[in-house]
Amino acid sequence: MSPSIVSFVYLVAGVLFILGIKGLTKPKTAVRGNTLSALGMLIAVVVTLLDSSIVNFTYIIAGVLVGGIIGATMALKIQMTSMPQMVALLNGFGGGASLTIALAEYYDNLGSAPSSFAELLSPVTISASAFGQGAEGTIALISIGLTVLIGAVTLTGSFVAFSKLQELMKKSYGLPGGPIGNGILLFAAAAAVIALVLNPGNTVAMVSIVCLALLLGLFLVMPIGGADMPVVIALLNSYSGIAAALAGFILGNTVLIVAGSLVGTSGLILTQIMCLAMNRSLANVLFGKMAAGGDVVDADEIYAGKVTSAQPDEVALMLEMAERVVIVPGYGMAMAQAQHAVRELADAMEARGTEVEYGIHPVAGRMPGHMNVLLAEAEVPYDKLVEMDRINPTFEDTDVVIIIGANDVTNPMARESEGSPIYGMPILNVDKAKNVVVIKRSLSPGFAGLPNPLFAMDHTLMVYGDGKKAVIEMTTALNQA
Amino acid sequence: MEILILLLALFLLSLFLGVELITKVPPTLHTPLMSGTNAVSGITLVGALLAAGSDSSPILVNGFGFIAVTLATINVVGGYLVTNRMLAMFKRK
Repeated sequence: MSPSIVSFVYLVAGVLFILGIKGLTKPKTAVRGNTLSALGMLIAVVVTLLDSSIVNFTYIIAGVLVGGIIGATMALKIQMTSMPQMVALLNGFGGGASLTIALAEYYDNLGSAPSSFAELLSPVTISASAFGQGAEGTIALISIGLTVLIGAVTLTGSFVAFSKLQELMKKSYGLPGGPIGNGILLFAAAAAVIALVLNPGNTVAMVSIVCLALLLGLFLVMPIGGADMPVVIALLNSYSGIAAALAGFILGNTVLIVAGSLVGTSGLILTQIMCLAMNRSLANVLFGKMAAGGDVVDADEIYAGKVTSAQPDEVALMLEMAERVVIVPGYGMAMAQAQHAVRELADAMEARGTEVEYGIHPVAGRMPGHMNVLLAEAEVPYDKLVEMDRINPTFEDTDVVIIIGANDVTNPMARESEGSPIYGMPILNVDKAKNVVVIKRSLSPGFAGLPNPLFAMDHTLMVYGDGKKAVIEMTTALNQA
Repeated sequence: MEILILLLALFLLSLFLGVELITKVPPTLHTPLMSGTNAVSGITLVGALLAAGSDSSPILVNGFGFIAVTLATINVVGGYLVTNRMLAMFKRK
């Protein structure tokens, strides 16, 4: 097939990806958008397979079979609560794919076939133009070096993110010196890229980039945990896109560049949204530091004698009278798998004529949009899921707010106490509602490690226990009333 | 060199287009957006196929190509399927 036809088909595929993402701007058109995007992928792959330079199909068939089975199994088996883990893995595989493509391209252009591991490291003398004439060769080498660097960081970083989300890795580890240690690793990796560009046959430099970048990925993500995960996942998503776009520069492939930059910007924008929603800079999240503590707040002092607890049936009495109820879900709802129970409670209230909406904080859960997917799984219509800026003015007219598994995003200290580490973070102003019900296991602090004065307010009731069980009991009591 | 400038132009324009498009995606769909873009970044499969299928190259290159094909296929197949699964839930009502 002539190169111009191939280029044209790549162009069509790029347009389909763009239309696919455009479809995602509305829930109604989203499925069609996803299908268009998949169609773009299909034609790009088919036209590539017709390329005359592909003669050996053994590895391709094997790879597609193995990858297809793994991918399909993951996609069909994964629970909606585990979606952050799935996305973390996909980010990692994306980074890994770009990494291995760059390595393949590098060793292919070297032209000598290393037959043993030792030969992988032996320097190769090659002509200056092996990677292209003059500036082109330099650019190709820079692209290869950077693709390897970013791809490897994304690969190991994402696997650490996955282990943290899956709770395989519970502690945080970091390099001595924290950001300085990571800075040294990054500097060394960048130096290795420069060494590679200066002497393309320097295979030691290439292997060094790989090793340093793999380590950097580990140490970048290991100190970060819990509620900061949405930022990490969004950022790694962006890296995987940037790596793909760079791979496009290596291969001179237009569709890779278009698709990669779309993914890269998507991840960056989500990262920015998440950082804004926590009122923290990206550097602050990456280096695992909360703002310096200010006054130490004593939890006992805030809670002592002021916390009122209640049983689910008492809450049901309150819900009976309510005209408007807002449900605020957090990561705890995902942990308790309580999304279906919550939907049933909302159904019971709506059957009695109560208006029910859901208030979603942008960083609720472990990834952007996590709560929305869970509630959609429980068949909550998406127009009931209201974002922070739109739900906040309505709390004053709300009779009851039910908070399930959320903590820091409702902490009034973010609004009022200037010395607090979370001061300035936008929160859901649930304390403005007439009554607040908090379903929680105990008074233990959230990720920020702060007590929440909301729990001690006069109009707040604490319902202790398992979220799912408490919600089911409320529903039962409400249905009997 | 001219080709390089063209590629660079394509890259920059795609970045701007990406910003315009992505900022319009509502927060409700942010999770499907991430899994969907993961599937799109599986377009590296195109590069992977070329590396895995060339016959003249050393076995090492084909080996890297095989790994790349596998990983990219996981992204493509897994990404589109899981996105579709999620979006179908949003469409229901």
